[in-house]
Amino acid sequence: MTIQVKFFASLREKMGVSESKIESVATAGDAWDLVTNHAEHPINILVAINLEYAQFDSPVNDGDEVAFFPPVTGG
Amino acid sequence: MSIHISEQPFDPWVEITQHQKQSALEKQFGATATFIGSMRDFNDGAKVSSMVLEHYPEMTQRYLEKLEQQAHQKWDLLDSLIIHRVGDISLADPIVLIACWSAHRRAALDACNWLIEELKHNAPFWKKESRQDGERWVENNTDGT
Repeated sequence: MTIQVKFFASLREKMGVSESKIESVATAGDAWDLVTNHAEHPINILVAINLEYAQFDSPVNDGDEVAFFPPVTGG
Repeated sequence: MSIHISEQPFDPWVEITQHQKQSALEKQFGATATFIGSMRDFNDGAKVSSMVLEHYPEMTQRYLEKLEQQAHQKWDLLDSLIIHRVGDISLADPIVLIACWSAHRRAALDACNWLIEELKHNAPFWKKESRQDGERWVENNTDGT
């Protein structure tokens, strides 16, 4: 099983990738570290796990989808 | 209750009228509150010519459905409708429509206000503006004043 990691908007452009697959990790923050090679994350970056808002220290399970994105600006 | 994410321009007034007819509530509601957000030609002191609206499709749909359900739990609504554009947006295009129907005005007005504020703060949409000096991601929503 793998974990799918997604980036959106300005973060997607900064990372140069919209999604990536990784092997098991413990938390969303571990997923960030693995995909970005421990890049420092902007303080206002938001996290979602399986389409629900979460935190960097939230646990991640095999098969989960973890997303990172900047503050939202819809409406 | 209805949510629609649209890549095509929409006419909010037509949508409101059609929804009212289809929802079979025409003789029950006494109040309709609406919010329509449209694209301005300026932001942060700069001229804006167009924009692209990106979103996180699966999360957007789920988030807006949950938001609409919460509004119906908090207020005595008869029906509600949320439409949000994504993709290429032109000047003056409607971006978002929120409409709430209730028997009396307070529920519809308060729910409509709550829905647009929650959407703007939490729904995963992002605007990228085209300005004279190039493209720029909008970093924060205005506070609404």
